[in-house]
Amino acid sequence: MKAKVYVTLKPGVLDPQGKAIHHSVELLGIEEITDIRQGKYFEIALDADLSETDARNTAENIAKNVLANPVIEDYRVEIVR
Amino acid sequence: MKFGVIVFPGSNCDHDAYHVLSKHVGQPVDFIWHKQTDLSEYDALVVPGGFSYGDYLRAGALARFSPVMNAVKNFAAQGKFVFGICNGFQILCEAGLLPGALIRNRDLHFVCRHIHLSVENENTPFTSEVESGKVLSIPIAHAEGNYVCDDETFQNLEENGQIVFRYCDENGAITDAANPNGARSNIAGICNENRNVLGMMPHPERACEGLLGSNDGRDIFRSLTKTIASING
Repeated sequence: MKAKVYVTLKPGVLDPQGKAIHHSVELLGIEEITDIRQGKYFEIALDADLSETDARNTAENIAKNVLANPVIEDYRVEIVR
Repeated sequence: MKFGVIVFPGSNCDHDAYHVLSKHVGQPVDFIWHKQTDLSEYDALVVPGGFSYGDYLRAGALARFSPVMNAVKNFAAQGKFVFGICNGFQILCEAGLLPGALIRNRDLHFVCRHIHLSVENENTPFTSEVESGKVLSIPIAHAEGNYVCDDETFQNLEENGQIVFRYCDENGAITDAANPNGARSNIAGICNENRNVLGMMPHPERACEGLLGSNDGRDIFRSLTKTIASING
């Protein structure tokens, strides 16, 4: 059982790293992009005998209390068997 | 009166704070390792600058889970003084002792230089001894000092007088050019509603000796000492 957690900056929170990456991509000659925002990705290995609901609750708890700062970030959890 | 300087793995301004408190403030001070949980003998705590836990995940995010932090929350709830500087400010925000968050500087650079600070509220335990209207010269040294918060939080900060320091030019004018990191409304330091918890990105402990370019940091430490002395009678 694995949880994938995606942490992204809330819309409107400045992402200077994303802007710098965007600029570099443009220097490659790729001009058809309008924005790049950087986020974080976590893989959490969970006990195999957990139910999907319990696994999700555990991962949401970790995401909410540790991985993301709710002042500036959103998160999304996916459970993979 | 006794001060404590909390030491996390990766703190690196702990000795500066200790030096200033013992030499210039002239009060007893202890280092407090982050695993300690008894803070009963202290009147004020400094959460110092540095790179606690290597700034892993987010600046200050992991220090929040150190055993000492629950004790710091109780300490603050008792009305005792907690002073977060730089990484200490980031830790206090992550721990929920101060509102908002500190994100990457607008221009991505680590900025290390003297800046000017306007004292926006002279009526706090940390600023009461600053001469009215004085523009402080204090260094900053950070890559994540860009203060952000939502509109409601910002409005509360303004209405409650919780914005204590703003970046300004040498004449005290609060301009975008004087903002070193993109912080909302040039915010450099805020306190909680009760005024006993202060966080600031600039380093007053690095501005307590003329040899280092400024003595202005002493105004802040002197304010706090005088406040505690008046409480302790």
